[in-house]
Amino acid sequence: MSPQETSRNAMLSRIRTALGRREGQLPPPLPEIYLRPSRPNLSTFFACIERLNGKTFKAGSPAEALAYVAALVKGKSAVASNSTVLRDCGIAALEEVTCAGADKTVLRALCAESDIGISSADFGLADTGTLVMLSSHQEPRMISLLPPLHIAIIPENRIIGNLDELLTLLPAPVEQTSSMVLITGPSRTGDIEQILVRGVHGPGELHVVVI
Amino acid sequence: MAANHPEKLSTTLADANLQLAIYAGTGRLIDHRKNAIAGDLLPDYEDLRTHANLLKKHTIDNLDYYLEQVEQNVAAHGGKVVFCNDGTEVADFILNLAKQRGAKLIVKSKSMTTEELDLNERLEHHDLEAVETDLGEYIIQLAGVKPYHIVAPALHMTRYDVADIFTDKLGIEREVVPEKQTMIARAVLRQKFLAADIGITGANFVVADSGAVVVVENEGNARLTSSAPKIHIAVAGIEKLIPRAQDLSVFLKLLGRSATGQALTSYTSFLSGPRRQGEVDGPEEFYLILVDNGRTKLLADPDRRQSLYCIRCGACLNHCPVYRKIGGHSYPWVYSGPIGAVITPQFHGVGKDPWLPFASSLCGACAEVCPVKIDIPKLLLDLRADVTAHKKEQGESKMERFAFQVFAWVMRHPRVYALGGRVAAAFGPKGGEWLSSAPWFLNVAPVRGWLSQRDLPPPAAKSFRQIWRER
Repeated sequence: MSPQETSRNAMLSRIRTALGRREGQLPPPLPEIYLRPSRPNLSTFFACIERLNGKTFKAGSPAEALAYVAALVKGKSAVASNSTVLRDCGIAALEEVTCAGADKTVLRALCAESDIGISSADFGLADTGTLVMLSSHQEPRMISLLPPLHIAIIPENRIIGNLDELLTLLPAPVEQTSSMVLITGPSRTGDIEQILVRGVHGPGELHVVVI
Repeated sequence: MAANHPEKLSTTLADANLQLAIYAGTGRLIDHRKNAIAGDLLPDYEDLRTHANLLKKHTIDNLDYYLEQVEQNVAAHGGKVVFCNDGTEVADFILNLAKQRGAKLIVKSKSMTTEELDLNERLEHHDLEAVETDLGEYIIQLAGVKPYHIVAPALHMTRYDVADIFTDKLGIEREVVPEKQTMIARAVLRQKFLAADIGITGANFVVADSGAVVVVENEGNARLTSSAPKIHIAVAGIEKLIPRAQDLSVFLKLLGRSATGQALTSYTSFLSGPRRQGEVDGPEEFYLILVDNGRTKLLADPDRRQSLYCIRCGACLNHCPVYRKIGGHSYPWVYSGPIGAVITPQFHGVGKDPWLPFASSLCGACAEVCPVKIDIPKLLLDLRADVTAHKKEQGESKMERFAFQVFAWVMRHPRVYALGGRVAAAFGPKGGEWLSSAPWFLNVAPVRGWLSQRDLPPPAAKSFRQIWRER
């Protein structure tokens, strides 16, 4: 037996002795699941994001979303994900925008140099102004993380009520992705005298576009 | 209490700037929490606390089952669970892995568990560079001190302290504006993230049915730490388990609000294993280190197990009148405040810092704000009994025990008590003066010790019994 296995078995047996349990003994039934899903509300969603100093925009069509993004990226460099929502808007056609490839190293360098990262989001949680990002072949982790400004484009039918509704719809996020991130406002810190400073490691600016 | 008490305590009390920093810092956190649960913002706050307590109780009472479950589920997604008894085993595992992979640079996001294990010191001892990336943790790592507060590690420092540290350690021009100081740290640490071989995070929750860790943060450094390097290692105490992903909502609603008054922090990452087939980025290897380091000692007593329910929100520190005076560094270990006073003696034995369970006025504020309803005052009382029993075993405090025996005898003999009252009234100081030092004939150990921190009210001219008789 390796030293690691020895530690493992010793620890589990210490725990069983202390708790008075046998190996393989099933626990009693778990407390019931406590989830209280709420109704989605777009104005709450926007209000929460704005309260955290994020910017919001309601686009009537993909073309309006494209125009909003085009104004933001003008004269800057941007990296965009390959998600269907972004493709439908024609984000890739903007000359400032480079689309993410499948190569991790190239993508990381691109994200580290770009002024703006453009992604979609899988869900929006209205009650907290939260974006839910599931990492996938279309949506890498770094686009919403490395550039100092993050733009997320999300269809209105993806706005749901709250975290409880998310976990009702998605009871096992691990079946879909290795990384689910909930983004609520820009990156922030208060570690020096509790003075709020945005953009410490992640993006200091966040724009949410709902189509 | 005076014996063995760290010197830090008196220096903290004497430092007016520090007193102001602690008072203002904790005060703001108190307000933020209050505003986040006020009125109808979280109508089911009490139900959430009750449910969180039930879930933690169930998990801890059946801990071996959920540990085995998480081990299987992490493996199912291509990661590996490593069980470690203590800091040495954790460091050995990481050093060995770093050697095999040729790793030199480690980035770390805030983790109280790794602070508890002195992990940075252990790694640096072997020529590995381990850099803290949470701004507060980065500052205190440069300063070479331990966290002052569970959620606000540099709570005790001013911008001027930070300016001194940055000038001294980074060799840059003096900068006193917090926004600019933050951007300096961002630039330095961004390079570290992109160059790092290994990222070490803690875990706020370990989800058994998913084989996942949940990391809660505001800065984005935990996202970078877990996603940029090729290897992600999460280090967590075995008590961090929760049974199901669907239980997360209860805990997340309580944690952010109790800690900083946020409904949700900027980033909540739910991470399970290395990147999957087809995913563009993310780590290639994932390890979850589950640490005992004394925790299993707390399991045998069904009542004291609740010390392990703690989700490290720091609310009990902010609301504690003792913490707010003596500060985080007066406590002997990395866990300060009421929860520190509860877990430290249980991890290290009551003989080591016997004053600790007494560093509380038992006002109950900690239990009132605890999001998982740990009965901290009750545990402190139990530990006080342990300390007294331990002293008796060691043959210590004979005078104190004698004094209490005398007291008990007097209280059982009303005539002696009445006589004592008359004597005190006749010989005590007149004119309503409080007694702040012992008269010469009482200037002996227990009385002197007692009066060193308390004043005695003057004896009343007439005792209650006298007034009663005269009616």
